[in-house]
Amino acid sequence: MMDINDLINQVSSWLKGTGPNSDIVISSRIRLARNVSKTPFPHWAKKNDAEQVVVAAKAAFERTRELKDAAFLRMDDLDNIDKQFLVERHLMSNEHAARPSQKALSITSLEDVAIMVNEEDHLRIQVMESGFDLDKTWEVINSIDDQISGFLPYAFSREWGYLTACPTNTGTAMRGSVMLHLPALVMTRQINRVLEAIAKLSFTTRGLYGEGTQASGNFFQISNQVSMGQREEEMLGNIKGVIRQIIEQEEKARELLFSEHREMLEDRIWRSYGTLKNAHIITSGETVELLSMLRLGADVGLVKNIERGLINELFILTQPAHLQKLENKKLSANERDVKRAQIIRERLTQQS
Amino acid sequence: MLCNLCNKNQATVHLTEIVDDQMTELHLCDDCAKKKSVQMEQQFGLSDLLAGLVDYSKQLGGQEKPPASTQCSFCGLTYEDFRKIGRLGCSECYAAFARYLGPLLKRIHGASQHVGKVPLSGVAEETKTAARAKGSGAAVDLKVKLQEAIDREEFEEAARLRDAIKEAEKKKKSKTEETGQ
Repeated sequence: MMDINDLINQVSSWLKGTGPNSDIVISSRIRLARNVSKTPFPHWAKKNDAEQVVVAAKAAFERTRELKDAAFLRMDDLDNIDKQFLVERHLMSNEHAARPSQKALSITSLEDVAIMVNEEDHLRIQVMESGFDLDKTWEVINSIDDQISGFLPYAFSREWGYLTACPTNTGTAMRGSVMLHLPALVMTRQINRVLEAIAKLSFTTRGLYGEGTQASGNFFQISNQVSMGQREEEMLGNIKGVIRQIIEQEEKARELLFSEHREMLEDRIWRSYGTLKNAHIITSGETVELLSMLRLGADVGLVKNIERGLINELFILTQPAHLQKLENKKLSANERDVKRAQIIRERLTQQS
Repeated sequence: MLCNLCNKNQATVHLTEIVDDQMTELHLCDDCAKKKSVQMEQQFGLSDLLAGLVDYSKQLGGQEKPPASTQCSFCGLTYEDFRKIGRLGCSECYAAFARYLGPLLKRIHGASQHVGKVPLSGVAEETKTAARAKGSGAAVDLKVKLQEAIDREEFEEAARLRDAIKEAEKKKKSKTEETGQ
């Protein structure tokens, strides 16, 4: 069984920077909301009911093939840095960390599967894969869901599908998301047009870090908004169609930047690399912006000696709880800026 | 892109609001977004948004106003509670408030019939009742096999049987429609 302290020394499998279209697509993610029939939803449950869900979920996970080696973490047992650390690794939500009682999290050693117990719904099953691969993601989550449904009586109706705490999730209770890196569309000021078109097709856009709204470092997470009236495969097919078009637009924008503004682009990329390699104090905001440029440099073949996987890892490793886990103590904001700069310098020098 | 409010900082938050079926986009910097989100939470939490939708579907539905005292007999949540917190209390709430939830779901999703996957346990549950009621037919045989597969924890086989049952039921349904029965 894995331990939470092992995670800091590994790169989550979905961050490896591999898989289809991984020069533009960071990761593919699907989450399913599931509830146990005739048991109050977490926000409405008495302590006893909620505890029973934790126990039943744990037993079901132990019999699920993909979760054989998974860790089962109770939120009450974790300190604040550990909880924040799991949020930063995209394994659970802020909400899950904020109110820890009768909440748990199951994670596999590859970190490709994470299941929150007693978040908004009894189960929030999440599967993530590196690159643009919703088909594989669906295959994995579908199988896990089938197995768990053999052990837990799901709340389900023929008419309305999977019954969830919030009616906005009822139906398939599925959200499929793709995380994209779109620096060229941002630089050529086309991103608004793209995002507007997406919103009209009832997809939502979020930022890099979890369920918040902030889009930073040119990262955008696109997801389906409605969850009823179409089969899961159709919904995923729609997302794939939209993502394919965005990828095409980003590719065109990158070509345009290269042919029309080559010096400007090279200057920004190499300056970003220079700053990251040499800074001794750096904020998280600046880090994300510069890493985005470095990633673009690596993706278009300008920066040759830095692997995409390392850049991806730095996005996660430079966040507050990760820095504090690395240092093994609490750090003030100023201390973190120093530690962050140090980690980035070390990692980039190791590889180049 | 610059922030729509202060026109100084880079916009990092992109907000889509839908008011009266009109979509507006707002691009904000971190600082303005924080201010705006505090404002929004005060006047416009998610639960209020849902409550607004609830009221809207009530208007659509016309005549009947759900009495605030309508209550789920299983978990005790009242319709008024749902309006306030925007969350249902348990699976049985869906049956208790079915009349009001139907239009609401339609409003949110543009559809009010689920067509996606069905849990293995749900199909197996129906097995028992179906077997008791009729005790014949290809679908019932498959359902018995499905229950056996679940009992043996052979979930791939179970998933295959579930899909076969769905297919068989679909065929049966279209046949019935053809013959006008």
